[in-house]
Amino acid sequence: MEKMLSFALDFGSFAIKGGAKYYAWLLFLLFFVLVGSYTAYIQLTEGLIVTGATDQISWELFIANFIFTAHVAAAAVLVVAPGYMYKRKDFKEIAVLGEIIAMCFVATGILFILFHMGRPDRLWHLLPGIGVFNIPNSMLVFDVIVLNVYLFLNVVAVFYLLYKKYIGSETLGKWYTPWIYLAIAWGPLIHICTSFVLSSNARMFSWATAVLPFAFLSMAGASGPALIILIFLLVRKYTKLQIGDSVIDLLTQMIVWSLGILMLVLGAEFFTALYSSAEHAASLKFNMFGHNGLDMYVSSFWIIMALIVGSFFVLLIPAVRKSYNFLLPLVCLEIFLVILVEKPLILVFPAFSPSPFGEYTEYYPTLVEYFNVMLVWAIGFIALTLVTKGAIGILTGEVKYAKASASR
Amino acid sequence: MSEERKEIAKVTEGVQETRRDLLKYVGLAGATALMAGPAGAEAAASAVSATAAINPADADSTITEWLQGHYVLMSDEEKKKCIDRLEKRYSAQYGKKTTVSDAPPLEGVLFGYALDIAKCIGCRSCVHACVKENNQSRHDPEIQWIQVMKIEKGNFSFSADKLDEGYPQPSKFGDHGVQVGGNAYSPVGGLSTHGTQSYYDAETVPEKDFFYMPVQCQQCEKPPCVKVCPVRATFRDPNGIVLIDYNWCIGCRMCQLACPYGARRFNWGKPNLPSEEMNPKTHYFGNRPRMRGVMEKCTFCIQRTRENRNPACLEACPVGARKFGNLLDPESDVRKILATKKVFRLKEEFNTFPKFFYYVG
Repeated sequence: MEKMLSFALDFGSFAIKGGAKYYAWLLFLLFFVLVGSYTAYIQLTEGLIVTGATDQISWELFIANFIFTAHVAAAAVLVVAPGYMYKRKDFKEIAVLGEIIAMCFVATGILFILFHMGRPDRLWHLLPGIGVFNIPNSMLVFDVIVLNVYLFLNVVAVFYLLYKKYIGSETLGKWYTPWIYLAIAWGPLIHICTSFVLSSNARMFSWATAVLPFAFLSMAGASGPALIILIFLLVRKYTKLQIGDSVIDLLTQMIVWSLGILMLVLGAEFFTALYSSAEHAASLKFNMFGHNGLDMYVSSFWIIMALIVGSFFVLLIPAVRKSYNFLLPLVCLEIFLVILVEKPLILVFPAFSPSPFGEYTEYYPTLVEYFNVMLVWAIGFIALTLVTKGAIGILTGEVKYAKASASR
Repeated sequence: MSEERKEIAKVTEGVQETRRDLLKYVGLAGATALMAGPAGAEAAASAVSATAAINPADADSTITEWLQGHYVLMSDEEKKKCIDRLEKRYSAQYGKKTTVSDAPPLEGVLFGYALDIAKCIGCRSCVHACVKENNQSRHDPEIQWIQVMKIEKGNFSFSADKLDEGYPQPSKFGDHGVQVGGNAYSPVGGLSTHGTQSYYDAETVPEKDFFYMPVQCQQCEKPPCVKVCPVRATFRDPNGIVLIDYNWCIGCRMCQLACPYGARRFNWGKPNLPSEEMNPKTHYFGNRPRMRGVMEKCTFCIQRTRENRNPACLEACPVGARKFGNLLDPESDVRKILATKKVFRLKEEFNTFPKFFYYVG
């Protein structure tokens, strides 16, 4: 017990220590937490009427961002899998960082869902035992279950390993490797489940497609490693933790492959819809060409598509992949942002036009909504920053149990 | 103010109460108004504590309401307590004696609705009668369960241009002078429903050259909305009506996403229902006042139909375009229409099997 307390204290105190840039970053995030707390209060007291959502477009920015967090959370297994399944030593050493990303992003996603709820106070209706589940009918129930289980798997995996390293124990429990394998399998599962929440709605023409899980997974494979590369490049620049080029290179390969598959999936989807150009193509055509002057999503559609294809070809150039300090982080940031804005601008909002009776609508997010989105992101990134920082201290041996007791 | 309320209370049918009770309700209503209305389990703990300071009984009922389970799964005693609590609260809040019925489904009945689109004149009497009957939010926003679409007659276009052409015209592989029909330049007609409006503003109806199509909840036999609800807050009752327990709904809006008929309405903000316009004869699953953040929809006026009365939209229709009845009774209006008229259902390709039938009379 005393060990655990000292683990928590040492972990925490190392996590909040850093240079000026580190504090600037945390303060930057804290700003959004402060402003966001106020806007969140507005939403909790006034209701979802303060967002841009309507009966026509009933999904807001929250759920669009949630899908993106599920991308990254699912993709974090791509750091864990090479280490455990392919015995790559360079990956195994930092696998825990992947699990931390998964943990923080799935928690961020759950927070986004809370903001999406009309009655967050009644969430206990979903608790096992006292609530009423609609199993096996409701895809949302499955999604809630897999997300929470994934969170649990990763929290245990992360803190058990860190604690063991902290107290200097070399041997991990026999259950640990199977546990990690389960977590690896669970990553894609959360994403497939999330895509089923969308694709199970027959009336949403651009979602009710069998390729949606594949589109999600390939976008996860692109945006997740893009963020992970950015984090790893920062980590090895500013901390004592060594992350080899081999790790970055393999992650870049994953992005290239994912973008390639994504291009095929999107191409297949567009062809199937557009060749017959029947009712099911209506949403896509609205997105691509607009409808009677409503063209909010047209330019973003073409820009995003061009950037996806462009990033694929740019990353085929070895010089870009090897430019660890300039071009590669730039391309990774671009991919991360492109997939992020693809969610509201292509996946979610245009899909609501036409409505069941052929009405076309554009979505206008409100300021309160933007700040609530930023609040959730800020909380997520603060958690990610602090836990990653603490974990690095343990991985590099800067935070150790023996050391702590010796200094007393 | 109290004079007005008294007048309303007097004209409200079936309300018998002493002047003293009335005054008590009015007083309570004032107090609740000050507290920004503890309507529903309005979440915020601060509201709960504010209520506690003024009226402990109300705070108690707010918490009890928040903790209440799915209505269908409650015991009879719990149901009775729940109904009493709601009646007390609504009566106080709206300043008039409000009844909340939980009349059970009828035996051996499957409700069906038939609408004659040839007769409908697009007056929207049904829309407004529905709002009045079912206690929808009146403003900011006004919530309507029935949507009437105005569709242009013969909304087709014809052109003599390029009759013998298609694209791509000159093919490298030779076009052999054979028109590629799949790629004609001006498809005859266009979309017949192009330019359809649901928010039209006409001085007189029916407008020349238009016909009208009212749409409301189709009470599907296989309702996609019920399938997707994560907490079974919405369900199909034995009479075939899709209902919602407003106190169990968590506001996730999956049902709205699933519905191919756009029939569900969400309370994005706190519903605005003025006391004087409130219909005090309510049903738990029907027209009782809703709270912020929950879904609502047409129930074929369950508060009426479970008492063998017709839905309000039917009674309001000036041309008799609407018919309602028991689908299991071969002698009912609806069954006779199904047997003799030209009948269709909306979007049958979704396999929802609506019990709302359109016919041409």
